[in-house]
Amino acid sequence: MKFKKKSTLIFTEKNAIIKLQESSIKYILIAASVISILTTFGILFSILFEAIEFFKLKSFYYFFTGTQWSPGIENSKFGALPIFWGTLMITFIALIVAIPIGVFSAIYISEYATSRIRGFIKPLLEILAGIPTVVYGFFAAITVAPFIVKICSYIGLEASFNSALSCGIVMGIMIIPIISSLSDDVISSVPSSQRKGALALGLTSVEATKFVVLPAALPGIIAACLLGLSKAIGETMIVVMAAGLRPNMSINILEDMTTVTVRIVDALVGDQAFNSPATLSAFALGLALFVITLILNIVSLYFIRKFKEKYKVNTL
Amino acid sequence: MKRKNNIFYDKTLSKRHKSAKRFKFYAIFSLVLSISFLVFFLCDMFVKGLPALKQTYIKVDITYTSKCMKSYRACIDKKLRKVISRSEIRSIPLKIENNPKLLNTTVSKWLLANHQVDQYIKGHYYKLKSKDKRIVDTLNKENRVELNFNRVFLTKGDSKIPEFAGIKSAIIGTIFTLLVTMLVAFPIGVMTAIYLEEFAPNNKFTQLIEVNINNLASIPSILFGLLGLAIFINLFGFPRSSALVGGLTLSLMTLPIIIVTSRAALRSVPDSIRQAGYGIGLTKVQVVLDHVLPLAFPGILTGSIIGLANAIGETAPLIIVGMIAFIPDSPTNIFEAATVMPAQIFTWAGMPERSYIEKTALGIMTLLTILISLNSIAIYLRKKFETKW
Repeated sequence: MKFKKKSTLIFTEKNAIIKLQESSIKYILIAASVISILTTFGILFSILFEAIEFFKLKSFYYFFTGTQWSPGIENSKFGALPIFWGTLMITFIALIVAIPIGVFSAIYISEYATSRIRGFIKPLLEILAGIPTVVYGFFAAITVAPFIVKICSYIGLEASFNSALSCGIVMGIMIIPIISSLSDDVISSVPSSQRKGALALGLTSVEATKFVVLPAALPGIIAACLLGLSKAIGETMIVVMAAGLRPNMSINILEDMTTVTVRIVDALVGDQAFNSPATLSAFALGLALFVITLILNIVSLYFIRKFKEKYKVNTL
Repeated sequence: MKRKNNIFYDKTLSKRHKSAKRFKFYAIFSLVLSISFLVFFLCDMFVKGLPALKQTYIKVDITYTSKCMKSYRACIDKKLRKVISRSEIRSIPLKIENNPKLLNTTVSKWLLANHQVDQYIKGHYYKLKSKDKRIVDTLNKENRVELNFNRVFLTKGDSKIPEFAGIKSAIIGTIFTLLVTMLVAFPIGVMTAIYLEEFAPNNKFTQLIEVNINNLASIPSILFGLLGLAIFINLFGFPRSSALVGGLTLSLMTLPIIIVTSRAALRSVPDSIRQAGYGIGLTKVQVVLDHVLPLAFPGILTGSIIGLANAIGETAPLIIVGMIAFIPDSPTNIFEAATVMPAQIFTWAGMPERSYIEKTALGIMTLLTILISLNSIAIYLRKKFETKW
């Protein structure tokens, strides 16, 4: 017994060093992964605390129900309803543009395209997805908006140069690749047994796509659209450059409207003191934005998980 | 006749085929539409930005006298003062100071023209007094007006004088910012990926991290700007508008992209490599660091380049942390106020002078060239190091 202990002594010492190294490396790795948690909580709390400061100064109830937004020095009023309304209108236009085009593009890519066409089109859509939003904003402000004003004056309508329509269209173009790439992944991962079963029952191949594959992929497509919606709501540069600053509750999409993100940028780029309600209002709006996009993302993840569980797909 | 006899013939079949054709048409149409958006958009930027590649120069006689030191406007013919760029006239005293031999000589030189003259020569919308216009016309007849390659754009910083504005300081600012971003995001991202993929037990804590990363990837970018403002600037007291703050903010945004792609790269390394490592008595850390990580490295690199490309184009959070300041001189370190390329594009797009529009479009072309080449490098690396196990 004694002899054995002696010979393993070197080993145990070495083992101890290795074990120490191993565990310290492991702790460093854990520390690194905690940073992502810290970031989320950092965002949440930094926004939350400033938003609480804001609601100490101004009414919480009026913020969500008031219709007047005038962040002046005296008699400032912070009713964010028109701002939410503008965001809603612009994202609505964007979705009307993006959902049909995005989903049908995805259907083409996954159901009709040969692998050569696919290999050619997918990178193109990736380029579209990789264009910085400031570039889209410039495009909206310099090319699309004047074009819409021209067309409208031709028909006899009056359109603003900061119209919600031009922002919405360009934002729609921006989210097409987001919707189409996820939808494509979902449609391609519907098990081929579904389609084969439908074909065996005498459906044409398009009918199999329409009545079997697409309904099966629907949760995933909905998830893709929700992700697109959340991107559109949080989109900043397009609306900062092409939308107006005036809070406007109108259903006329040719008028100028403002969005949550525009008001956040406007409040923080100005020269007011940091603890003035005008500046702090940015954080209250940011909190609303955070909560809305978080809910959309969670719902979207839920739909994807449902799809994965139903068809036992692991690749999404 | 044949069809009628066929018991399998379905009368509705032709209708069904028609609707199938329609469906296919919709699909092709929408794809063509989205591709044509891209093409139209790129052409539009190209057409708008191309004129900015050239700038107008005017040949002028400069008489250097001692009077010039005080009123520098005096050394150029009175008529020509309006059509020459202010920046050129202003730099005359400095030139004399640097080179005193110039005094009391007359030199004929090509000088940068005023931006309105530039627009006039290029045939765009311009605002020139008819008197100045006549001067330019006569100069043009004497062959003293020339369109030359725009050297200013890549060698100068931002300026309030449109013809003198360039993108150099923004490019240097971008490099500093991305340096900070990658130095922070790359190690943390890769370490997180290694932990989650190789070490993490399947418990609540791990799930919390995973959910967090998914959320982080889809939080609007502007909220990262709010975080940067509240924590890096207000709490830590880092200098506002500096590349440090911008880079840290962007690194938090790039983190999820790097983590997700690195995890995919680690996952694609087959288990047999790990088993073989354990089989010859290596510890877990040794297996991961010496064998799995090197094999996964090309994939991690590709993901990081894609994350980098994303970070280059990001504007909103940087505006919030103040990186849209007017920066004529390039920053020399990460603590100085800096601006980045997309922010510069944003500033120029908001300028009232028309000549900034073509500058903006040229800036966009520069940015897109960088982005597309980065993405191509990523695709090339992916193809080159792709291993089929």
